[in-house]
Amino acid sequence: MGETGPEQPTLALSHVSKAFGAVRALRDVSLELFAGEAHALAGENGAGKSTLVKTLAGVHRPDSGQVLLDGEPVVFHGPADAQQAGVAVIYQEPTLFPDLSVAENIFMGRQPRGGLGRIDRRTMNAEADKLFERLGVGLDPQRPARGLSIADQQLVEIAKALSRNARVLIMDEPTAALSGNEVARLFNVVKALREQGCAVLFISHRLDEIFELCQRVTTLRDGAWIAAEPVEGLTHEDLIRRMVGRDLDALYPKQETVAGEVALKVDRLTREGVFADVSFEVRRGEIVALAGLVGAGRSEVARAIFGIDRFDAGSVTVGGTRLPAASPTAAMAAGLALVPEDRRQQGLVMELSIERNIGLAGLRDLRKGPLISRAAERDRARDWAVRLQLKFGRLTDGVGVLSGGNQQKVVLAKWLATGPSVLIVDEPTRGIDVGTKAEVHRLLSELAAQGIAVLMISSDLPEVLGMADRVLVMHEGRIAAEIPRADATEESVMSAATGRAA
Amino acid sequence: MSETTSEAAPAQKASPGPDAPGPGTSRRGVGHLLRWDVLVTALLLVVFLGGSLTSPSFASAGNLSFALGDLGEIALIALAMTMLVVAAEVDLSVASVLGLSSALVGSLWDAGWSIETIIPLVIVVGAVCGLVNGLLVTRLGLPSLAVTIGTMALYRGLAYVVLGDRAIAEFPQQYASLAVDDVPGTPIPYPVALFVVLAVVTAIVLHSTGFGRSLFAIGSQEEAAFFAGIRVKRIKLVLFVLSGTIAAFAGVIFTLRYGSARADNGVGIELAVIAAVLIGGVDFDGGKGTLGGVIAGVLLIGLLRNLLMLNDVTTEIQSVVTGLLLIVSVLTPRLAAVIRQRRRLPAP
Amino acid sequence: MSTVTTTPPAPAAGRSARNLVDMVFRARELSLVAALVVLVGVTAVANSNFLSGQGVKDILLNTSILALLAVGQSAVVMTRNIDLSVGSVVGLVAFTTGDFLSADHSRGIVSVVILGIAIGAACGLINGLLVSFCRVPALVVTLGTLYVIQGVDYYLAHGRQINAVDLPPGLLDLGNGSVLGVPYLPLITVLIMLAMGFYLRSYPSGREFYAIGSSPEAALLAGIPVRRRVLAAYLLSGALAGLGGVLWLARFGTVVADSANGWELLVVSAVVVGGVAITGGVGSVYGATLGALLLTTIGSALVVLRVNPFWQQAVTGALLLLAISVDRVLALRVARLLRRRNVRRV
Repeated sequence: MGETGPEQPTLALSHVSKAFGAVRALRDVSLELFAGEAHALAGENGAGKSTLVKTLAGVHRPDSGQVLLDGEPVVFHGPADAQQAGVAVIYQEPTLFPDLSVAENIFMGRQPRGGLGRIDRRTMNAEADKLFERLGVGLDPQRPARGLSIADQQLVEIAKALSRNARVLIMDEPTAALSGNEVARLFNVVKALREQGCAVLFISHRLDEIFELCQRVTTLRDGAWIAAEPVEGLTHEDLIRRMVGRDLDALYPKQETVAGEVALKVDRLTREGVFADVSFEVRRGEIVALAGLVGAGRSEVARAIFGIDRFDAGSVTVGGTRLPAASPTAAMAAGLALVPEDRRQQGLVMELSIERNIGLAGLRDLRKGPLISRAAERDRARDWAVRLQLKFGRLTDGVGVLSGGNQQKVVLAKWLATGPSVLIVDEPTRGIDVGTKAEVHRLLSELAAQGIAVLMISSDLPEVLGMADRVLVMHEGRIAAEIPRADATEESVMSAATGRAA
Repeated sequence: MSETTSEAAPAQKASPGPDAPGPGTSRRGVGHLLRWDVLVTALLLVVFLGGSLTSPSFASAGNLSFALGDLGEIALIALAMTMLVVAAEVDLSVASVLGLSSALVGSLWDAGWSIETIIPLVIVVGAVCGLVNGLLVTRLGLPSLAVTIGTMALYRGLAYVVLGDRAIAEFPQQYASLAVDDVPGTPIPYPVALFVVLAVVTAIVLHSTGFGRSLFAIGSQEEAAFFAGIRVKRIKLVLFVLSGTIAAFAGVIFTLRYGSARADNGVGIELAVIAAVLIGGVDFDGGKGTLGGVIAGVLLIGLLRNLLMLNDVTTEIQSVVTGLLLIVSVLTPRLAAVIRQRRRLPAP
Repeated sequence: MSTVTTTPPAPAAGRSARNLVDMVFRARELSLVAALVVLVGVTAVANSNFLSGQGVKDILLNTSILALLAVGQSAVVMTRNIDLSVGSVVGLVAFTTGDFLSADHSRGIVSVVILGIAIGAACGLINGLLVSFCRVPALVVTLGTLYVIQGVDYYLAHGRQINAVDLPPGLLDLGNGSVLGVPYLPLITVLIMLAMGFYLRSYPSGREFYAIGSSPEAALLAGIPVRRRVLAAYLLSGALAGLGGVLWLARFGTVVADSANGWELLVVSAVVVGGVAITGGVGSVYGATLGALLLTTIGSALVVLRVNPFWQQAVTGALLLLAISVDRVLALRVARLLRRRNVRRV
């Protein structure tokens, strides 16, 4: 359908390059968005997708090359200019004002006006209600944005973009936190917009969604343009090959292991209002997946086990030692390690170097007398960087210059260096390119084979099914099902996650 | 408070920022010259040379010793403040703790207590003041800026409650001389000698121990530090207690040095301390800085004040100079970063 | 939350969550009023002079300038910044305008007001430019300008003093006169407060102040002219401090260089006690004004109750700490409640 659209692209990038210091985020990239067409942008993390989005949104200005609006070169001096030109963006991370009401968040800068140019709150709230009706959600426009779940925040972002009646709608991973139903509703709305002549740019790491929604796909790799082609006739494998530049034989190299003694025992763990009555065990050599929708309480369980948050009732036992509540130090001493969900905020100190980040969880082990031994720190970092095949310039480089996948390896190195008996990984491959993803899977598999107990939280269903010996499914803060590897299917896990199964 | 100022930061921080050491080896030399603590040290030399030329008495051992002694309290407090700012916190109440400590020394002495009893007691009070700051920051999660603005008023108010607007003088000579006299055989006053010892200890703690490493990690990314098992709250609490303790001790020295205990002693010293720390190249947003830089910053402020005084510049103008130095010290690195960024932008 | 509920979740939970939040924020202004009532009541029982016409008038007059500064300061604090230089701006303006008037009695009041506001706005402009365009931390900048402006003030004053006799009677009348029994000063403050409150609540650009304080990153992405708004907040704070300086001169007549010395603490306390979050995005100028009224009333009450006047500063500090602590505890409670509701809604 998009093929027959007007020959002039609504919004386009022509030979755009953009560098940040030494990192060249975009190199000579072109992209054409046509009215009435949904265009997918594919690529590993760090391929330059987000930079491209921010260039279209007016956040970044290209170092060279042009942004074209209806064929004419334009310069966006800021997000306001792009919005003026009819470009609406849904960013990967929701960007809401927590203290303002949901309706104000949607209409910030474009509030309906009444007499004397005042804001007409009644109309504003009514308009917001209408938008939510279209999306099929029951959010109250007058409640503050603070306290909304990630999924609801994303829905507000979507409503915000819709309210702009934009000519170009850019969506950077809008579906990551949404349930199947919400995704379906979103897609219906987007399809309707597309039919009304809106140009859509869609980014998702779920390839199925690209194939369902989009007509064309542009692929980036390492900041460079690889291909732009119709989606029709492409296979998943074709697309992956373009993204990573090679075939992937085994994305899920699961080794068969024999489960040993119980390493982590969680008994009736409860954090009021977050999760309740969570009990399970993880044995040495096992990979246990904790599945469920975003917001079901999985990460919160992991945080409570590790002592980041305080649990209100229940107990956590690691290798026979019962852990006190809210003490990461005690958890680490007992042999726990947690690779957290948010790499940039929780996993790494972005301003510190690779070696200092790797040493951070083991400052006690690096001591020589009262002082830190720099040699020990360097050895530890080099040792693990080599074992995990980290791609780096110097160990003294800031972790900020690494790609997402290599950053995740630094986080893993930091924790593996502490010699844990139980490793909790929260979304270990989120936002990681397919190549590194396979490496991380292989690593987890090897660790389990070495007798480490692995608890893996993941929203990536193929990953859960491919890697786990057992799958625990959470729903509404409780464990809804425990499914052995043999019985775990997409269907069985999803039905438990959505509360359809007992 | 500082978050607001980083309006363009999301874009910068998301990308490997301009400060990230890149492989641009050809510019490494320039980058080194642009290092702030090096600049400050150079500036220090310029002031020193300029001072020696314009004012003959400036470079004399007697004057320098006096200038250093005059700096004592600021320098001492700056040590604790450096650690706090590196951990992305700040303590504005230090001058008030100094005042409270001075008022207590005065009123207890007036009530007939012995100095030997007063000093430990006052230092404990200072530690408690710091503990209150620390508990409010760590237990309630309040911004240290707001907390210490509050305790700045509270502790100063308590100083007035203790001593009113009286001034207590006439401390026995043997104590006063401790705060003024030189270490035998050297031109170094006791407080300066104490500072040198503490500065060495602080430098080692900050740059070579796990505790110091933790401070930098907390300052640049507190959440990540917490997830790495660093006891963020406990460490911050320790820092605030330390800051209060040192401020109280500085209050004792201040009182004995001037031989006068007043509730308004040391008003505004927090400005000089923060100025010295920031001039020394510690990032107000935390995570960056060296103790060497801070010492250079302290000396710079001290020599500059001394020079202005020798040239009969009034104290009002001195405060203008300190204020300007403070602004320049935070402005310059940011402008330098912008310039560096501009220069790198036209990438091939 | 993000489950596959086929029916839209009942909005009732969301609405009650909103009411809860609303209640908490209203509670701040209500509790301020309640605190005032108790304070005034107790003091009046102890000393009936406290509620005499003159007593009330004094409190109102004393509150006016503080409240005016608090209004300007709340605009700045709302954007997650701070302006510590206001006290020294008042001092500078009070002295320079006094100097300006005593030099030539024929100079009109309007020109003095304009001069004062202009000087204040110029100081605000410097702060604003440094904070918004040079991205220097607000605390550091305004701490620096606090001392620079104070130094300039002392330098200009050179130990001199402006005396009431040197000033035109019209100006002194502005400071102490009244219309229909209501003194001019509180009237001016109330008018400015109402105008600011109306603007901040009802105009898109006013809401942007809240948006910036609530999330600077989101504000930037939403295309809000963050720098211009922050600059505007500082200009406003500076200009109101300038006006405050003129009113100070009008009220006291006799002015030395250190007028309003140390007031920055009092102003910030008033704003925070009044419920403007020091982390931005929350609060109102009405709350800030109530905060100023409460602090002033406490000061007067201490005098009337014959409490050692030296307690006043300590009480101000303690109240500031109490206010931020209560805010924080309430916010944590609300967050916890909202979280529970989220789970129940699933």
